[in-house]
Amino acid sequence: MRQFEFEAKEAFQKVGLSIPRGRVAQSSDEVEQVARELGCPVILKAQVLAGGRGKAGGIKRAETPKQARSLADKLFGMEIHGHLVNRLLVEECLDISQEIYLGITVDRTNRRPVAICSGMGGVDIEKVAKEHPEKIARLAVNPLMGLREFEARRLVKAAGFKGRTLLHLSRIVMQLWRVFSDNDAELTEINPLIVTTDGKYIAADARLNVDDSSLFRHKTLAERLEKGVAELTELELRARELGMTYVELKGDIGIIGNGAGLVMATMDAVHYYGGKPSNFLDVGGGATADRMTQALDIVLSHPDVKGVFINILGGITRCDEMANGIVASQKTLKREVPMAIRLIGTREKEGAEILQKANIPFLETMDAAAQLIVEKTRGGEK
Amino acid sequence: MTVLINDKTRVLVQGITGREGQFHTQAMRGYGTKVLAGTTPGKGGQEVEGIPVFDNVIEATEEFPEINASIIFVPARFAADAVNEALDAKLEVVVAITEHIPLHDEMKFVALAHQQGSYIIGPNTPGVISPGMCKLGIMPAHVFKPGQIGLISRSGTLTYEVAASLSGAGFGQSTAIGLGGDPITGMSFIDALRLFETDDNTSAVVMIGEIGGSAEEEAAEYIKEHITKPVVAYVAGRTAPKGKRMGHAGAIVSGTSGTADSKMAALRDASVTVIERPIDVDEALQTLLKS
Repeated sequence: MRQFEFEAKEAFQKVGLSIPRGRVAQSSDEVEQVARELGCPVILKAQVLAGGRGKAGGIKRAETPKQARSLADKLFGMEIHGHLVNRLLVEECLDISQEIYLGITVDRTNRRPVAICSGMGGVDIEKVAKEHPEKIARLAVNPLMGLREFEARRLVKAAGFKGRTLLHLSRIVMQLWRVFSDNDAELTEINPLIVTTDGKYIAADARLNVDDSSLFRHKTLAERLEKGVAELTELELRARELGMTYVELKGDIGIIGNGAGLVMATMDAVHYYGGKPSNFLDVGGGATADRMTQALDIVLSHPDVKGVFINILGGITRCDEMANGIVASQKTLKREVPMAIRLIGTREKEGAEILQKANIPFLETMDAAAQLIVEKTRGGEK
Repeated sequence: MTVLINDKTRVLVQGITGREGQFHTQAMRGYGTKVLAGTTPGKGGQEVEGIPVFDNVIEATEEFPEINASIIFVPARFAADAVNEALDAKLEVVVAITEHIPLHDEMKFVALAHQQGSYIIGPNTPGVISPGMCKLGIMPAHVFKPGQIGLISRSGTLTYEVAASLSGAGFGQSTAIGLGGDPITGMSFIDALRLFETDDNTSAVVMIGEIGGSAEEEAAEYIKEHITKPVVAYVAGRTAPKGKRMGHAGAIVSGTSGTADSKMAALRDASVTVIERPIDVDEALQTLLKS
């Protein structure tokens, strides 16, 4: 779960990291007022849960409080990668002498955290990694021991820092480790960490992604997710509340299946035969008839859907439950669209009987069903 | 004969009194798996299907020293502790079925398992099965048949899809291993490939990968150097968008890394037969095993 910049900065402050003076404003009036309090110039930063904010025009510099207001007028209501801007972080401008990158993330290959430091801050770190790999230092952390101070110093030294800077940065790396560890982070990043002309170290930007699975020990975040302030669409949130995973896509064939891998393979099969999936929907293991009815309702709420492919391979999930759900939904469906159903596995005979009684055709292989739904939805276009 | 589990596997079920624990204990026993004991804190002294329940793992292993494997059906917020308890008792194989275990907890217990040489299968896995001999998991057993194909997968139902197809075409399996759908898992493709390479009863390996991370790319490098047996691979998620988690916590394309196309290309480069549909697995194996 990605945190807003201002939330990440709050987490930074808690461990003693310095952040720019400033605060969040929700109206142009408030922006102007904060700009007066801080003294201009100020930076206005759109608070959205999306990357590439600067390039999309979401970060502006204002020389006067009046200019801050007029820039805020334009920023509020703007959309950045589909996310509406309704909060701006207004901050003091810093006099930059140096920009540094610090980050801690999870290295999936080595199954442990990795701390990263580079003197080339303020730019896309992945780009630096590609073009100047020698400018980036990394250090693998033993998860059983956590990051130790001498390791932090070793990392900072390897990135080319010496003397007092080495000591300052090592301390900041240890503070960032606390952010990572206290917040169950998947990733936390300061990019850039600014060294000001008067020698202060300030986290100008902040990133913190918290592991969704850990939300039970981070109550306020879990509540935010319930309120819907997250990077999910309305349908994705609804599915989540029901305990299913739904991902909205751009095509026109709805996909429902059980198991993440199988649903992905189902999308790929539709694509293989020339169709375009409109979603990913995993009903989860051991789903009931109700679950299937809800799944169909969500999938058909996507306005572009011309047909639905249901692919069930029963393990813990029972085919008779799924068949009952499909039959029940026939009466309540928002609209009628062609369907292709593939149903095999646990209690497949019972499932087949239920569908036969209701005159709903079904198939036994994923490929036959994929071909069928592509043909049927194409037919609808003519 | 098989990898990870065999006819000497003796099983402890952690979380045996829960709905899932009870159901699958019965199913595993029905398959012939030797389940000796179970644990649920606070329920020591009870029985499930005639199997004694203990309050903790050490009591169970003192009573049944032959226990060498555990399977965990404990809810996410208590599951990491259960894994650690199994590792503390030095069990050789620990299967963590549970989904949504916090990432930081996973990194810790995986590091601990590596330190002491235990295998963790999962988390977020259907488990492991050596058809006809031992099932340490929740998979529908009827789609698996004994044979000589080693199966390694990051996905549950997709494993059943491919196993059913293999069994139908006469390709039984030596062992099928569900690595798990989380970003951090106890075993990687490389760990499983290493076991199958030295297993006399395995003549070819089928890998089922998916988007996210770079485990398939690393496996490809490993195959080039160390694997002599034929390998067939399928990778799910070619049509998945960037930056979205596709059900599994680990199935996410970040930036330009972790795409299905990059994985397929790396595997092809390692002379692995990469198939575009799960259904093509039989033909691919027939071609490889004839030559």
